[in-house]
Amino acid sequence: MAANHPEKLSTTLADANLQLAIYAGTGRLIDHRKNAIAGDLLPDYEDLRTHANLLKKHTIDNLDYYLEQVEQNVAAHGGKVVFCNDGTEVADFILNLAKQRGAKLIVKSKSMTTEELDLNERLEHHDLEAVETDLGEYIIQLAGVKPYHIVAPALHMTRYDVADIFTDKLGIEREVVPEKQTMIARAVLRQKFLAADIGITGANFVVADSGAVVVVENEGNARLTSSAPKIHIAVAGIEKLIPRAQDLSVFLKLLGRSATGQALTSYTSFLSGPRRQGEVDGPEEFYLILVDNGRTKLLADPDRRQSLYCIRCGACLNHCPVYRKIGGHSYPWVYSGPIGAVITPQFHGVGKDPWLPFASSLCGACAEVCPVKIDIPKLLLDLRADVTAHKKEQGESKMERFAFQVFAWVMRHPRVYALGGRVAAAFGPKGGEWLSSAPWFLNVAPVRGWLSQRDLPPPAAKSFRQIWRER
Amino acid sequence: MSNRASLFVTCIVDQLFPNVGVSMAAVLERIGWAIDFNPAQTCCGQPAFNSGYRAEARSVALHFLDVFRDAEYIVVPSGSCTSMITHHFSELFAAEPARLEEVRSLEKRVWEFSRFLLEVAKVEGVGASYGCVATYHDSCHALRELKIKSGPRLLLSKVKGLELREMEIAEECCGFGGTFSVKFAEVSGGMARTKIESIQKTGADVVVSIDSSCLMQLQGALHRAKLPVRTMHLAELLASR
Ligand code: SF4
Repeated sequence: MAANHPEKLSTTLADANLQLAIYAGTGRLIDHRKNAIAGDLLPDYEDLRTHANLLKKHTIDNLDYYLEQVEQNVAAHGGKVVFCNDGTEVADFILNLAKQRGAKLIVKSKSMTTEELDLNERLEHHDLEAVETDLGEYIIQLAGVKPYHIVAPALHMTRYDVADIFTDKLGIEREVVPEKQTMIARAVLRQKFLAADIGITGANFVVADSGAVVVVENEGNARLTSSAPKIHIAVAGIEKLIPRAQDLSVFLKLLGRSATGQALTSYTSFLSGPRRQGEVDGPEEFYLILVDNGRTKLLADPDRRQSLYCIRCGACLNHCPVYRKIGGHSYPWVYSGPIGAVITPQFHGVGKDPWLPFASSLCGACAEVCPVKIDIPKLLLDLRADVTAHKKEQGESKMERFAFQVFAWVMRHPRVYALGGRVAAAFGPKGGEWLSSAPWFLNVAPVRGWLSQRDLPPPAAKSFRQIWRER
Repeated sequence: MSNRASLFVTCIVDQLFPNVGVSMAAVLERIGWAIDFNPAQTCCGQPAFNSGYRAEARSVALHFLDVFRDAEYIVVPSGSCTSMITHHFSELFAAEPARLEEVRSLEKRVWEFSRFLLEVAKVEGVGASYGCVATYHDSCHALRELKIKSGPRLLLSKVKGLELREMEIAEECCGFGGTFSVKFAEVSGGMARTKIESIQKTGADVVVSIDSSCLMQLQGALHRAKLPVRTMHLAELLASR
């Protein structure tokens, strides 16, 4: 039964301050979302979700068509679409370009896709400085850790943690007031913006019919990142496509509300290529890197494909009682929470972190809030079946398999079941006593697991079927 | 309407909480329904299904189909087991058209207990009386798969002497999750503690649910924390007078 989940899980649970930070951080986002979709504020919320789901389904089902379309439309604006298979290809393209243009400094605005590709690390290996400019991302970059949350990368940090990091990494006096911390970061980052040669953004949506990249944010960094440097590179997974600009009226209504409870984020940028003649600002060169990195594997199965509908709003993380306990760093990849548990095994193979699809009570809170209606619990169940099938092939978990075969056999034989139940009860503690630790004859992993957290009620003197027979 | 109901007394209720089954039968008889209990019944197969053992779950589901082939109304004291049958059996037989048809017919005949009372028997008050302050825990599968939310509360509101107080996080999972509760014991325990904190804040002396598995989890955590809050299945409350 050993789940082989990471140590991090236990240390997170044992850290009272961290528990508070996670619970409060996600709790705030839960409240904001709730208020934003409450009652008559967004009466067509459920219809929007259905609409968004259908739009995503249509796009993913016809992805080849829309990829071609976006390639043409970006080119028509004077930009270039670059298709990359993985992080190495993305890094190679950027490194090459940087070399040709003599670039040294890159500013970045928040992008989960580049986190997924370990882009910063790859670039730094080649002496290119890549600086995150979103405050949360900047903090975790300084701290040298991966984002804790899809939307709020430093969700787990208190302002005191931030003060420590700033003192340590920037060599400044300790400052614990959040507004002042923001000013400190801003002062550093303004200089970087001015000196940067390349700006890299992610993309929330890539609009096929207009060849535009849409980025939503609250700090304005993406806007600066994409316009101050001479070169703008947008990096996006191929699943970020949507067919038409008008479809944004569905997605933008859902994204901000689901993520942070905002009807619209402070900035919504439509970035469509380099500066044109007569325009006063914008980059001189524009590249849209569309990355596969395993996504086409998910396209193969018509049922699993829905994993690619995700618009990375983070709502499923906030509402997940498991994420709220184990936090973002217990997950093996940069994508944490329910959506992470669903896509990680599909990208990396179910053999790599077989515990992940099982780390769920299947409560369904994720699916309930997902703005694009991904059936996450169903995907988790399917992945569990994949894991057991994989283990069978590998000759692993023989005991567990045997146990479930016995279970199924017993459940097909009512007499054995009835007898077995009574034998088990007879072995239980006598005299109506509760169990709080495992007696020697019940010293097995599941019982120990249960009793590590909870007591076990005394077994019933008679089963229902006995009582019924005797009545 | 034949006014005969077949009980599916889930394995947890049968073995660990038989009084829930007895109470369910008592309530149904009180409102004029004759009860069948086929002792060939066992389990819905959910433990195997949720653990990724589909073939094993399928074989248990086949047994269930056999046992309840002729039952007109099958009443179940669990949202989770009901949902296993009505929402997941079909996945087990997706590639078997004939079986799938049987499952489709079964789905329409399976009723979670509170829903059966309200929608088939069409009763709200069953003459129950129990003096207590109660808070209702929404079990996840009942809430999110079966969309059962107001029904049990309505039934509780008709219990004489009972005051219902909502907890803040009524809809949050108790952390049971079947084998999850032992495979990820610490996480599961943490979830239970969050839940009982919210229960405690209401000042209730009874937590009510329509799932005995959630109640076992909450009861175990409450007992460990030495809190004087009892757990009761809705059927037990409705049987009291
Ligand atoms: S799976 Fe749904 S809820 Fe979770 S991040 Fe993606 S879009 Fe948001």
